[in-house]
Amino acid sequence: MSKKYETVIGLEIHVELATKTKIFCGCSTAFGGAPNSHTCPVCTGMPGSLPVLNKQVLEYAIAVGLATDCEITRDAKFDRKNYFYPDNPQNYQISQLYLPICRNGRVEIETENGKKFVGIHEIHMEEDAGKLIHDEWEDCSLVDYNRSGVPLIEIVSEPDMRSAEEVIAYLETLRRLIQYLGASDCKLQEGSMRADVNLSVRESGAEKFGRRTEMKNLNSFRAIMHAIENETERQIDLLEEGKEVVQETRRWDDNKGYSYAMRSKEDAQDYRYFPDPDLMPVHVTDEMLEEIRAKQPEFRTEKIERYKREFDIPEYDIGIITETKHMADLFEETTALCGQPKKVSNWLMGETLRLLKENNADPEDIRFSPKHLASLISLVDSKAITGPVAKDVFEKMFAEDIDPEAYVEENGLKTVNDEGALRAVVEKVLTENPQSVADYKGGKQKAIGFLVGQTMKAMKGKADPGLVNQMLKELLG
Amino acid sequence: MGILDYTAVELSEQIRTGKCTAIDAMEAVFERIGEKEEEYHCYITADRESALKKAAAVQRKIEAGELTGPLAGVPVAVKDNLCTKGVLTSCASRILSNFVPAYSATAVENLEKAGAVMVGKTNMDEFAMGSTTETSYYGVTRNPVNPEHVPGGSSGGSAAAVALGECFVALGSDTGGSVRQPASYCGVVGLKPTYGMVSRYGLVAYGSSLDQIGPLTKNVTDAAYLLEAIASYDEKDSTSEPSAERDFTSALTEDVKGMRIGIPKDYFGEGLDAEVKAAVLAGAEVLKKAGAMVEEFDLGMVEYAIPAYYTIATAEASSNLERFDGIKYGYRTEQFEGLHNMYKKTRSEGFGEEVKRRIMLGSFVLSSGYYDAYYLKALRTKALIKKAFDEAFEKYDLILGPVAPSTAPKLGESLSDPLKMYLGDIYTISVNLAGLPGISVPCGKDGNGLPVGLQLIGDCFEEKKLIRAAYTYEKASAKLKEATEIS
Amino acid sequence: MANIIDDATIEYVGILAKLELSDREKEAAKKDMGRMLDYIDQLNELDTSGVEPMSHVLPRRNVFREDIVTNGDGSADALANAPEQKDDMYVVPKTFE
Repeated sequence: MSKKYETVIGLEIHVELATKTKIFCGCSTAFGGAPNSHTCPVCTGMPGSLPVLNKQVLEYAIAVGLATDCEITRDAKFDRKNYFYPDNPQNYQISQLYLPICRNGRVEIETENGKKFVGIHEIHMEEDAGKLIHDEWEDCSLVDYNRSGVPLIEIVSEPDMRSAEEVIAYLETLRRLIQYLGASDCKLQEGSMRADVNLSVRESGAEKFGRRTEMKNLNSFRAIMHAIENETERQIDLLEEGKEVVQETRRWDDNKGYSYAMRSKEDAQDYRYFPDPDLMPVHVTDEMLEEIRAKQPEFRTEKIERYKREFDIPEYDIGIITETKHMADLFEETTALCGQPKKVSNWLMGETLRLLKENNADPEDIRFSPKHLASLISLVDSKAITGPVAKDVFEKMFAEDIDPEAYVEENGLKTVNDEGALRAVVEKVLTENPQSVADYKGGKQKAIGFLVGQTMKAMKGKADPGLVNQMLKELLG
Repeated sequence: MGILDYTAVELSEQIRTGKCTAIDAMEAVFERIGEKEEEYHCYITADRESALKKAAAVQRKIEAGELTGPLAGVPVAVKDNLCTKGVLTSCASRILSNFVPAYSATAVENLEKAGAVMVGKTNMDEFAMGSTTETSYYGVTRNPVNPEHVPGGSSGGSAAAVALGECFVALGSDTGGSVRQPASYCGVVGLKPTYGMVSRYGLVAYGSSLDQIGPLTKNVTDAAYLLEAIASYDEKDSTSEPSAERDFTSALTEDVKGMRIGIPKDYFGEGLDAEVKAAVLAGAEVLKKAGAMVEEFDLGMVEYAIPAYYTIATAEASSNLERFDGIKYGYRTEQFEGLHNMYKKTRSEGFGEEVKRRIMLGSFVLSSGYYDAYYLKALRTKALIKKAFDEAFEKYDLILGPVAPSTAPKLGESLSDPLKMYLGDIYTISVNLAGLPGISVPCGKDGNGLPVGLQLIGDCFEEKKLIRAAYTYEKASAKLKEATEIS
Repeated sequence: MANIIDDATIEYVGILAKLELSDREKEAAKKDMGRMLDYIDQLNELDTSGVEPMSHVLPRRNVFREDIVTNGDGSADALANAPEQKDDMYVVPKTFE
């Protein structure tokens, strides 16, 4: 390659909002459900049906706009985007083109190369489409409208990103922010967050943008990274060969690791947008804005600063704990109950993260309550249970959110503090392991570790290892 | 006097007092249908057995004292673009020729609550696109006064059914005059309410920003009662108005003293039939004699209403009719190769010529490069038309004019020249663009005995003024007629 | 006629509207659309500068519903009119290769 190229990337991110009902009707947005069971005349496009806007959708959209420094459009409207496709029962999608709810925002991202801002061109509200299932046996597809009408916001960035790393940082920043708002769980794999990548390349130093393509079907950070690298190379190769990049929509195939153009002569890409006459305009009043502003949570940056002031835990821990609002809430609530931030943090940083990784789960999936974690900590503090027992109890708690106190009681896991009983066990261990006793007495200090272990085993972990150690030393004289 | 000679309000009084039953009324209606339907063809669906069953159920409720309202037991016809649970709702189109909705329109539900009994579903222009009821997939409806002529449209089936006694009252829909114009052609009363007065939920949309459901009746009293029954604030329709006054029957008083009525000079110029003009102006004279202050004025913008309307209505229609694609309901073509071919064949075979014409035009005016020049220009024109009416209503309580430039044309005359047919909507269309209420009341006949209608137009949500004036006119002209006949 | 509608335009609008016109219909559509556009061009006589496009005649704004589930299982009603269905889903021609 003789010339140097720069990649220019903008993102269109669709986020499914965490409302109970669809954007324009009272059908449930719950996942699952038999095909077409979460439907009504509105979201199946029955003749004569009419949409009515779910207020929560507007509130979430404004909340995300405020969190990304957007201007909120005081008089917004919905438009119809007309195109025929079976996943879209009306053959038009209700969206926003002319007066989207939020405009001109930005978010700050951080990569190894430092901090920078990525501009947000606009955020608009729209309805999701149904699901198309390909029938393997017959030459047809099947349509399920359960997802039809689920509310989405589309966040359109400016073409401000220059690398896959920046794209990932931008996505993570947005995701964290939206999760903090509770506006969506933003799961790429499950499709509640979907990113389309607009990408072009140009010679370094060039002022004009190159012709761009839009990449769809990116279901993981890995796929996004991979697709960006692949598309950058593809476009550079074209330019190097003296060919032109065609402005088109491409679909990423993650298994095969390449993309292909989604072209059709029946696809005119002329959406004939016009204001939807069935929906009245939205007018955002000062009161509405104030109400939403008042409900905005403390975001991560502010939270990190506060934790540094309030809690004596390592900065590294703070970084991890504040990754998600769920984890941060868990930390704070548990700490409020037990007053021991460092211990709470240890449980979260250690066992919790380990188990999450093992179960391939996200922090949002944590089920145990702050109350139970606090009670586990106090069981350990009061020496009612030993460390190893606590870990077992925690695993149970992680899986089923059991009450540790009751569980310890029911399963007889309390540490045995009866010295007489313990002495009997220790004496038994000594008589059964004469070699170790001899080793110890012969100066091998380490042999005592084995004897402690044997005692703990005999006690099923329910003894205080310190006490055992002390007693062994005493008996070994 | 036979049972079919009663108005709806008179009939319910008869039923309430036990002089006849809802079943008798329905029997009489079906007897008339048996006599007339073959020639006039008002209905797409009319099932005697189910109608009688419903009438019997209503009669029991009346006798039990559960239904006491002024429409209890009254047989009503419903235009076939209003969804009726379990009953074919075809919009007079092949593409919906097998569509049986799982729900009823709010207006239809309201009628059921009032105890009215549905006779059946009336013929119309396909998807309400037309002014003659000739574009129906199910064949034409004929004018009740002279079967060589059209009944008007698009609610031609409803208007003719009322005039012929094939029902007592009927529902129509009015996007550019589709209630008022057939009322005028058939010699009945037709009222187009203010946009937002009657819920559009369950009305299969043509031009969503213009459509309203309205009554077609034998007289103004019935119109007020029927409107009072169907009008409601409906949370399912975002364009429904919560705070409107809906006690229309309280306006049934003979009193126009001091009422200011403006006659737009622009409505009486070139193109208006001389006999129609004479009848309408005579009608104005009646209101003047009854105490109204009547004067001519310049409304303005009249010639721009039709081009603005056909841009807006066809654009909305092109989008509204996209849902008819052969996937979820309705007609699907037999043979096709792939998805897009299925769409194209289904829609090309399923829609009639006039519907396709309007979809094409509407798709074009919204397409890339034309949206500003056509669609936005039309919306700006609409704003100016609304402003012209606003100014008029600063000076006048009501506006009076003709409904249509002529009486009912002969069958087959209009369709050959669509533009000419569109021009026939000149006096009704601006009312829809401005969202206003309008009423058509019979005001005489032309030399061939064909009815002429007089139109009164009110400001938004001023239906009561409209009804008061129309009621006063109806009473005064009846007295006048009586007097002339005696002398 | 000031507005000449050519075959390509009719073809293009046909793709947008998913209508396939016969040759006779195409000729008629070209003529009708041209005439209607000429007629609509009358609006150019009007000075509409500074006039806001009016989509709604009524001044109502902010019509909302609360986020409460009101609908139950709608599958039977949804599918009752389907020309073809399988496993409680609508059957459509294959949508991708």
